[in-house]
Amino acid sequence: MKKFLTVYTVLISVFLYAPIFVVVFFSFNSGTSRAVFEGFSMQWYQELFQDELILKSLYYSVVIAVVSAVVSTVIGTMAAIGINKLRGFVKSAYLSVNNIPVVNPDIVTAISMMILFVFVLSHFNGMEMGFTTLLIAHITFNIPYVVLSVLPKLKGMDQNIYDAALDLGCPPVKAFVKVVIPQIMPGIISGMIMAFTLSLDDFVISYFNSGATFQTLPITIYSMTKKPYNLKLNALSTLLFAVVLALMLAVNIKKPAKKKKA
Amino acid sequence: MRKNRDPINKKVMLAPFSGWMVLFVLVPIALVVYYAFSNADRQFTLSNLHWMYEYRGTLWLSVKLSVIATVICMLLAYPIAYAMSRASEKVQRNATLFIMLPMWMNFLVRTYAWMTILEDTGLVNNALRGIAGWFGKEFDGLSLINNHGAIVLGMVYNFLPYMILPIYTALTKISYSLIEAARDLGANGGQVFGKVILPMSVPGIISGITMVFIPSISTFIISKILGGGKDFLIGDLIEDYFLGNSGVVNYNIGAALSLIIMVMILIATFMMNHFDKDAKTSGGGSVI
Repeated sequence: MKKFLTVYTVLISVFLYAPIFVVVFFSFNSGTSRAVFEGFSMQWYQELFQDELILKSLYYSVVIAVVSAVVSTVIGTMAAIGINKLRGFVKSAYLSVNNIPVVNPDIVTAISMMILFVFVLSHFNGMEMGFTTLLIAHITFNIPYVVLSVLPKLKGMDQNIYDAALDLGCPPVKAFVKVVIPQIMPGIISGMIMAFTLSLDDFVISYFNSGATFQTLPITIYSMTKKPYNLKLNALSTLLFAVVLALMLAVNIKKPAKKKKA
Repeated sequence: MRKNRDPINKKVMLAPFSGWMVLFVLVPIALVVYYAFSNADRQFTLSNLHWMYEYRGTLWLSVKLSVIATVICMLLAYPIAYAMSRASEKVQRNATLFIMLPMWMNFLVRTYAWMTILEDTGLVNNALRGIAGWFGKEFDGLSLINNHGAIVLGMVYNFLPYMILPIYTALTKISYSLIEAARDLGANGGQVFGKVILPMSVPGIISGITMVFIPSISTFIISKILGGGKDFLIGDLIEDYFLGNSGVVNYNIGAALSLIIMVMILIATFMMNHFDKDAKTSGGGSVI
């Protein structure tokens, strides 16, 4: 049994990592083909850093991800605190609405917001979808994940500590900031990281809500795959993957003893 | 007493959330329903539903392929999840990272890599030709791409981690003393698995199924890249009707198709919840 599991794990790992390996390997191709390796070169990396469109859309992606993560963390954390105080039907109604963007397929969330934006913008001459619509869309699909990551922390919190602070004469607002917020901080942080990641990675919702002129990185990648495939994409993906890998290793090495929280 | 000194006004806390969700979640969904039941002149009509009948082949294909992909994911994921849950804490943490790591590479680029691997002059076929050449034989190559199997492979590949992680989470919640108790009472390995481990991991399986089935049934890129673009899935139709890639923009038909997806998912979720009434009480295995 143990042997079977080991072999099986190796096979699944090969399955999961084969495409990654292919992408990394061909990013060093001196030819232009996605499938025939001609020789080693760094040309695609050099071209990557001269591609203004890619660099610009990477910048836009990061801006959208940071702003939407911050806004959705504020709205989502407040909402979680509020929802935690609700009971019964009202609470489950709020949770159900919160779950809609999580459960709905991305494409449905995307086109539903697109209908709204097109509908509203058609009443204003000359206004098009772009930064603002994209930001709204990202905040919308991020909020539920922040709520879902803060709520369990609120549930697991010991109400007595807060009451103790009040009994010891701490003013309520200060007690909230000094006692409640620190206790739910891990949830807030992981919610914010999740929001940032989802936003950075999102293709489907951005695809329908970004308009013709404003492109985030996944959109640029998609438009580049439609033309003859360009190995710059492999170079870009390899670099981004390396960054993530390095970050994960750093975090993992830094606090090995701490229990996982995600 | 506690209420009086509670500084947190829940109405204030909930206000931005409520406003935002009404405006950008509930209103858009109401618009989808409205568009699905109206024509271009904003008059009520059921004619969009007629299109659903026209597209029944596409709908059926989407359901079929995503069900197959979901079942394959389940079968592939369970042993991995089980092995992970039995490993040491350090191995568990690393394995979780290891499984999530591929998702950090853009999925379009990864899906194109599958094209490189599978296509007629791709890595697998070239390798097979090389081997055949060694034996002095001709080899035409296998057709591994531009068929339904390749679409299913794309779905399984992209969504497998969403099946592994919830099942793993559910399995780690099973207290080892329960397994010991079953053993003490004379259950053999198979019985322990069938009567204790499997039933207790059902919540994880169920959230895994939802997390794989929903993105599978609504995908619109995988079918294009790996299916060769000849087989449309529902997602492809919706994309076309909203962005007019094939020349026709029709929000009404697109909205009707989206409504169909939502209804199918509602039915699937309902069936799932019915199938496992304990899913809620035991907390589920949802990983996000």
